[in-house]
Amino acid sequence: MPKLHWEDFQPGAVAVYGPRLVTREEIVAFAAEFDPQPMHLDEVAASATLLGGLGASGWHICCLLMRIIADGFVLDSSSMGSPGIEEVRWQKPLRPGTQIRVRSTVLESRPSKSRPEMGLTKFRYEVIDDAGGVLTTMVTTAMLGRRKPEAAS
Amino acid sequence: MKFFEDIQVGDVFDYGRYTFTADNIKAFAVRYDPQAFHVDEAAGERSHFGALVASGWHTAVTWMRLMIDYRRRMDEAILARGEPVAGIGPALGFRDLTWPTPVYVGDTVAYRSDVVELRLSNSRPQSGLMTFRSTGVNQHGKPVLSLVSTTFVERREKPP
Repeated sequence: MPKLHWEDFQPGAVAVYGPRLVTREEIVAFAAEFDPQPMHLDEVAASATLLGGLGASGWHICCLLMRIIADGFVLDSSSMGSPGIEEVRWQKPLRPGTQIRVRSTVLESRPSKSRPEMGLTKFRYEVIDDAGGVLTTMVTTAMLGRRKPEAAS
Repeated sequence: MKFFEDIQVGDVFDYGRYTFTADNIKAFAVRYDPQAFHVDEAAGERSHFGALVASGWHTAVTWMRLMIDYRRRMDEAILARGEPVAGIGPALGFRDLTWPTPVYVGDTVAYRSDVVELRLSNSRPQSGLMTFRSTGVNQHGKPVLSLVSTTFVERREKPP
């Protein structure tokens, strides 16, 4: 049985997950597979771009965020997936050798109208570096199973 | 990429198709999104999805890869005509991403983008800003991915 349910995520709750050290090798490997643009693949080519040097694909940052929160709490929860992502902002580049964490803030919580066994929780996630700088922010809603499904009315 | 001036609202970029298999669904998910219904068939069957499903992030990064391949082919065609290619990017993020239908083993998703807005950039006058909605549709015509993103595209005519 999962330890965490929809009821365990109350608005205002803050948690930090990670850390994870992001290497040059994984930045380049992700980019080669999913986002093969010069600024994610090669230092010399990257220095000529607006990124000003090698940096992780924004989609890689999203995937790393997902993995950090998966290990942080999602795999111990009654997660039922997500209907989508309200917004992602790539604010600062993620450079090779950076250690990142994810700061999670619960923004809203509401029961599902259509599925009494489920609740919806809106989170803001921030990918932060060791200096506390925010590299990426994401606002997304999670579907979580309820510990006590609402009685049918 | 085409230059900003050569893009119109309503332009469509067709990126092609990708078929999700149990192997590629699990290979992605074990690395980035190892929830049980993305990595294990039996767990998928027990879940509300009823079967193994692809991570939404897998559905999204597959769009990204097909888009980059499309842009590379476009650039090669432009260069083959002896014309200059326009720079594109960086993207600042995206919004309104939805995963309306799960992606199951064997689903083939067709990806495309539609240009929805074009405007000049105040911060980078040498570029314009292109906003486009990108979608993935499965073989039954059901949407599996939708998102809106904005990126810089180089202008042919640079302001003095």
